[in-house]
Order: sequence, then structure tokens, then C-alpha cells
Amino acid sequence: MIALEHIAIRAGAFALSDVSFTVPEAVYGVLMGPTGCGKTTLVEIICGLRKPESGRVLVNGRDVTHESSGNRGVGYVPQDGAMFPTMTVRQQLGFALRIRRRPVEETAARVAELASQLGIAHLLDRKPHGLSGGERQRVALGRALAARPAVLLLDEPLSALDENMRGDMRDLLKRVQREHGVSVLHVTHDRSEARQVAGLLLVMTEGCVRPADLNTLGAPCTCQP
Amino acid sequence: MTDQHRAGPNWPFWVTIAVITAAYLALLLGMLAATATYSSPHHLLHALGSREIQYATGLSLVSCTIAALLSLVVAVPVGYLMSRGRFAGKNTLDTLLDVPIVLPPMVIGLCLLILFQTPIGRAIDRVVPFTYTVFGVLLAQFTVAAAFAVRQMRTTFDHLPSRPEDVAMTLGCSRGRAVWLVTLPAAKRGMFSAASIAWARSLGEFGPILVFAGATRMKTEVLPTTVWLELSVGNLEAAIAVSLMMVALAVAVLLAMRAVGERP
Repeated sequence: MIALEHIAIRAGAFALSDVSFTVPEAVYGVLMGPTGCGKTTLVEIICGLRKPESGRVLVNGRDVTHESSGNRGVGYVPQDGAMFPTMTVRQQLGFALRIRRRPVEETAARVAELASQLGIAHLLDRKPHGLSGGERQRVALGRALAARPAVLLLDEPLSALDENMRGDMRDLLKRVQREHGVSVLHVTHDRSEARQVAGLLLVMTEGCVRPADLNTLGAPCTCQP
Repeated sequence: MTDQHRAGPNWPFWVTIAVITAAYLALLLGMLAATATYSSPHHLLHALGSREIQYATGLSLVSCTIAALLSLVVAVPVGYLMSRGRFAGKNTLDTLLDVPIVLPPMVIGLCLLILFQTPIGRAIDRVVPFTYTVFGVLLAQFTVAAAFAVRQMRTTFDHLPSRPEDVAMTLGCSRGRAVWLVTLPAAKRGMFSAASIAWARSLGEFGPILVFAGATRMKTEVLPTTVWLELSVGNLEAAIAVSLMMVALAVAVLLAMRAVGERP
């Protein structure tokens, strides 16, 4: 479960006040809104990469507002994958377990499992240089899932992919969410993408987030920004 | 109505650029060729065999290497701070960090000399003597070289995205560990460039060393000091021999930097 309660943040001219929403456990949530409305800022607040001025962040019911990023139990897949440039795919997938000093055999088994599940077993010894956009996103997804996080945050995961790749990646994301039983918050500005993957749709407009019906996208905002 | 305008030819543009480039290149090559052919190889080799020049060569190579490594130790954290940090007074700090680059070299030497005349400076000097010693040579080289290394490292970090570091933090790293495991390996080439620039700057350093460490033969004599000392006693061939050796070392550093920079 991912919950934001009365979050407020200000950065220069940009400000959000009193943002609240909940993505229940094992639900695929999509946060939709126009470019520049603050979706990525909210993801960064959940990750712990930005501190809100006020409000609380809860992950599976636990208040993580003041926890460091690494102790929140979140997996984060940024827009471009943000590969570690000097590491092989194998090292990227095993990174979170290596940080946790897990036994080498356990790490190797988890890497093999994720690589097979995500269809990147043939890339394990490659470095990110030369990987396609879709391959990078799969590696980033596997890297985020390796330590079995409670929630998965996907920031525009399909925006860097061509049309053919998007369909495959959409299916993969839904399958991974089901198989791992994680709560997902998928951020996008694309309506059709939101419709195709969302179990729960949240729309961000004018600084507030509200649940929306998949068929009533674009209804006017009724909350106070 | 038809448009009568016709774009002019491009060749005058390229010819002008080629002429300016050729003129500057002619100056550089002419300077080097004239120096290289001024004396015979036999005389040059004889000059390089002197004990003083060998001492100066050894001291230059060792002190430049230590100064470059110390510069890197300072440049990596300071460059990171200037690239990624957002804090009040950043512009002022940025200006201060560039002071060794814009100050006249003699003034840097004088400032160091005065610093070591203050009570704190004297106390340090009693523990590790810097003024007119080999340590002074090292400090003078480091003071200038570090400023260039900081600038290089800042540019390196500016060109590396911060997102991978953020991801590493969500995967369980502290900021320091994320930088160590993700950012620094990616900054390897920039670190090599910074160390090379610091090394090359240290090799050519003369003014601050002359003022702060002196020009005592077989003690604080580095290669630029040798050129100056040999010129002042009219031994042109020794001055030329040392100059050519410094040119060769500088070219070797430039080639190494280019080779590392072009490696995929």
C-alpha cells in the first residue's frame, strides 16, 4: 500500500499543497496528469529523494516520511532507466542484494530468476551502452524488484519506447505486478497508456490528486489545491 | 515574383578559418623546431647528464605526481559539491575556488610566504617546514594544480546524470556509498583528466615555487627553476635541453589524456 497524507512541497515557483491519495495493497495504480504538474515530484517524495514541507508518506501502513530512501522498501524505475553505466546487467540486477550483503548463491539465483522472468537472460554480461530502450527498462525493472520491495514506482516507464515496444512492456508490467504482488504507482501523461494498465486511476490536476473512473477522464477538479 | 536572393559560397569562410589555424600552428611548430635545432643532440645529452639537472628532473617527477594525487583528493569532493550541491554562497565559493587560476603566479607565492609568517603558519612550519623546502615546492604546485583539477571534476560531475545515484539510494545505499559505487566509477576518465591537468600544471609551475620555496640547487630546484638558473648564468644549451625534456613530458601527458578520453 502507498499512501500520501496532506503532502505539501515548494520548490521555486512550483508548489503543491495538501496532496493525499492511497494505492491499496497489490493494486496497479496509475497517476496521470499533464507534463510538469508535479507527478515526478510526488514519486521522488515517496522514494525519499525529496523532503516534503509537511504531510506523511506511508508504505504498507508504515510511516516512512523520515526514513532514508534505502529503508523505505520501494523499488524505483525512472523514465530513462538510469542504468549504472559501468556495471553489467548481472551486476545491476544483483546490486540491491550485494548492498544487503546477501550470500553470493542467493544473489545469483535471484538474478537468474529475474532475468528469465523479464526476458533479459541473454544480456546478463552486457553493459548498458548499446542496450535498446526496452532492454534498459527491463533491466531497471529487474534491478528495482531484486530486493522484493513492497511497492514499485514507475516514472513514465513507456515514454522512451517506440510503439511496438510499448505493448510488450505494458503486458510485462502488468504480469510482473501480478506475479510479485506489489503495489504499483505508474506515472504517465498518456491517457491510452493509463487506461490499458490501470487498476486504480488517479488524476492530478491543478495541484490535487483524485481517483477517477477510467471512463470519466478529464472531469473537473473538485478539491482545494 | 521569384526570389532573386542567392546564398554566397562557403569557401571564403573555410579558407579564413584554415589560414588563421595555419598561422597559429606555424607559430607553435616554429617555436618548437627552432628550440629543438638550436643545439646539437650531443650537447643536449651532455647537459642532461649533469647532477643538478638529474636532481631537478627527479624532484619534478615526484613532486608533480604527489601534487596531482593530492589535487585529486581535494578535487573529487569539491567538484562534486560544486556540481550537485545547492546552497547559499555557492557563487562566492565558486569565485574563490578560481582565485589560484586568475592570480599572477608570483602573487600566489607571496601569499603563501605571508601565510607562513602568521602565528598559525609559523606553528605549522615548526612541525613541517614548508618555507624554502621541498614541502614548499609541493604546496606551491598543489595550490595552483588543485584549482584546475577542481574545475575539471566539476565539469565531469556536471556531465554525469544524478539519477543513477538516486536509484542506488532507493536500493539501499547511503549517499556516500552511492557515489562510491555508481558515480565515481563512471567519473574515472574525468578523474584521470583532472590528475593529468594537475600534473601538467605542476610541471610548469615556477613563480610560486621561486617566491615560496626558493631556487636552491640540489634542494628546491625543479625543471622550470633549472631553465631559469641556467639562463641566468648564460648556459643556454642546458636551458634548451631541459626545455625540450619538458616539452616531451607535456606532449606525453596530452597524448595520454587524448587516448583515455577517446576510449569507448
